[in-house]
Amino acid sequence: MPAPTGSAGAPAALWRAAESALDRLCGVDDNPLRQLGAIGFYLFWLIAVTGGYLYIFYETSVAGAHASVEALTHGQWWAGGVMRSLHRYASDAFIAVIVLHLVRELMLGRFRGFRWYSWVSGVPTLWLAVAAGVVGYWMVWDDLALFVATATTEWFGALPGFGAALVRNFIAEGAVSDRLFSLVAFLHIGLPLVLLLVMWMHVQRLTRPQTGTTRRVALTGLAALVALSLVAPAVSGPPADLTRIATSLPIDWFYLAPLPALYTASPEAVWVASVGATLLLVVAPWLGRTPRPRPAVVEPAHCNGCRRCFDDCPYAAIAMAAHPSGKGEIAVVDADRCASCGICAGSCPSAVPFRSTATLASGIDLPHFTVDMLRAAIDATLRPAGTAGTTLVFACGHGAAPTPQPGLAIFTLPCAGLLPPTFVEYGLRLGATGVVVVTCAPGDCEYRFGLRWTLERLEGTRPPRLRRSVDRSRLAVIQAGPGSRAALDRDIEAFRARLAARATGSAAGGTSRPTLGETTHG
Amino acid sequence: MANLTLRYGGQAILYVLFAAFVGYFSTSPPYQHLPPDQALLRLSFRAPGQLTTDCRPRSPEELAKMSPQLRAQMDCPRERSPVHVRVDLDGKLMLDETFAPAGLRRDGAASGYRRQPIPAGEHLLRVQVNDSVRVKGFTHEAERRLTLAPGQVVLIDFLPDQGGVVIR
Repeated sequence: MPAPTGSAGAPAALWRAAESALDRLCGVDDNPLRQLGAIGFYLFWLIAVTGGYLYIFYETSVAGAHASVEALTHGQWWAGGVMRSLHRYASDAFIAVIVLHLVRELMLGRFRGFRWYSWVSGVPTLWLAVAAGVVGYWMVWDDLALFVATATTEWFGALPGFGAALVRNFIAEGAVSDRLFSLVAFLHIGLPLVLLLVMWMHVQRLTRPQTGTTRRVALTGLAALVALSLVAPAVSGPPADLTRIATSLPIDWFYLAPLPALYTASPEAVWVASVGATLLLVVAPWLGRTPRPRPAVVEPAHCNGCRRCFDDCPYAAIAMAAHPSGKGEIAVVDADRCASCGICAGSCPSAVPFRSTATLASGIDLPHFTVDMLRAAIDATLRPAGTAGTTLVFACGHGAAPTPQPGLAIFTLPCAGLLPPTFVEYGLRLGATGVVVVTCAPGDCEYRFGLRWTLERLEGTRPPRLRRSVDRSRLAVIQAGPGSRAALDRDIEAFRARLAARATGSAAGGTSRPTLGETTHG
Repeated sequence: MANLTLRYGGQAILYVLFAAFVGYFSTSPPYQHLPPDQALLRLSFRAPGQLTTDCRPRSPEELAKMSPQLRAQMDCPRERSPVHVRVDLDGKLMLDETFAPAGLRRDGAASGYRRQPIPAGEHLLRVQVNDSVRVKGFTHEAERRLTLAPGQVVLIDFLPDQGGVVIR
């Protein structure tokens, strides 16, 4: 049976260490690093709401633009001023969160293979967010806005299609008209709408995408941004004067960082750097990639169209179609979307090892890691004489790897979610003293729902359920990340010691008690 | 209890640090666009140069070779002259550049944009432009004595229909 390998490497270990540190502070559920995408969505809506309020009072004219923003900032500081500052700071945080989200997936290696679509569709969000923000700075029409307008037109002027005349719209008295501000307002609303569309596309290959943060993260984040808005409110500079240019500018580095490079290097160099970096990000999934494991395969003769794999697939890789037999439906796998995690195989009601067929054929299976292979491996471990006292360990290939020990039979799975619950019962009936299921660490499941579905199936709250009659005291579920091997080994040893004590107690006529529930290690 | 206090305190510090990071880089450090004692000289123009050649009458033989609907009596090439700009500041050459007309047939307007920080104070600015290949030397010229404050922008434009070189 091929042993899957987990994601490793120093960058992944470094990021996981940072996440674990914040887990201790915030808890797994409220760790901001574990929900960066959701925070991005949250900030987008915060920016939209505050921007909507500002737009009510904004005047789209040369004379009115700066004056209306000033009136908002100072005339109603308690509402418009706070809203303006929140709009600014939420926008800055938005860029920071997008970059962190990108860095996280990069460091964890979650951008290759089947994830290429989510990665590539995420790249334009950065450009669109920056473009929307840069245009937003034009709207204030102060000295910073004038700098931003001239710098961006100088930048675009370096492109063949635009030409040197573009900047003339901002450097001569009378060149700027009221219509410009209508155009800018249109862009400042239109670009975020396009961004929202791209964000929607970004999550299309995910089932149940997490687009909302936990309440605590949302409220604490909002409180921090409101506090910042009160302590350091966003203010305008003097009105734009086309005959003058500010020598020193309080630029927003989250959005305007490329502009100084236009003058320290050149507009052409900034184009090369920004387009080059973008292309590098776009092609990253195909750079040095490892071969993708084969996708899940549906066996029509054993698929009854129950939809469990359709419901459980974390990447929307399974669709339902008319069954070729003419009765009911059949699961259909989209090979490009398939992560080869095997969660679908674990959900299939026909993956029951007690079936007496020579070959255990399931409705949906991984060709390189079939449930038949798993049953055969268990049989080979437990059926020979003298295997009494063996503890089975079903370990996720992306979590901590248990250290081999005498009396321990370890089966490494592509994902703990591949394990049909009946295999736990099967192992126990064949004589295993106990079964340990090792999953990824909480909040760090390689395949999004592998951990959750495994727990729910074993708890009996999600089909296929582990039967009620199975002795839970002989089952341990340990959630352990790649860096928690020692803790995992200790837990397994403790579990085995309890099982041994229990067996001794029973033999001596003592009482038994549940030995282990779920333990977690980051 | 102490553990809980530590945890909430840690979270508060975490969010305060993030807010401080956002707040700081939202406006700081300031970008020194120009040294404090500098002004800015800009050249920006968009103007069609003069036609390179005059119209000439076509010969009967030439007309006979053309399609009937295209038989215009006069042949008027559309190619325009590049615009040559020379800028001197206090007698020193700052810019001497030729800007080509746009278009595949070189029949569009020439446009140019250059920026150059210069020290604030008094300057003598001289701008010469040639927009015709049929003229040697310069076709337009302007000279202006300037007193520039730090951050002040001087714009050199070329508007043939408004007298030629305009210094604003």
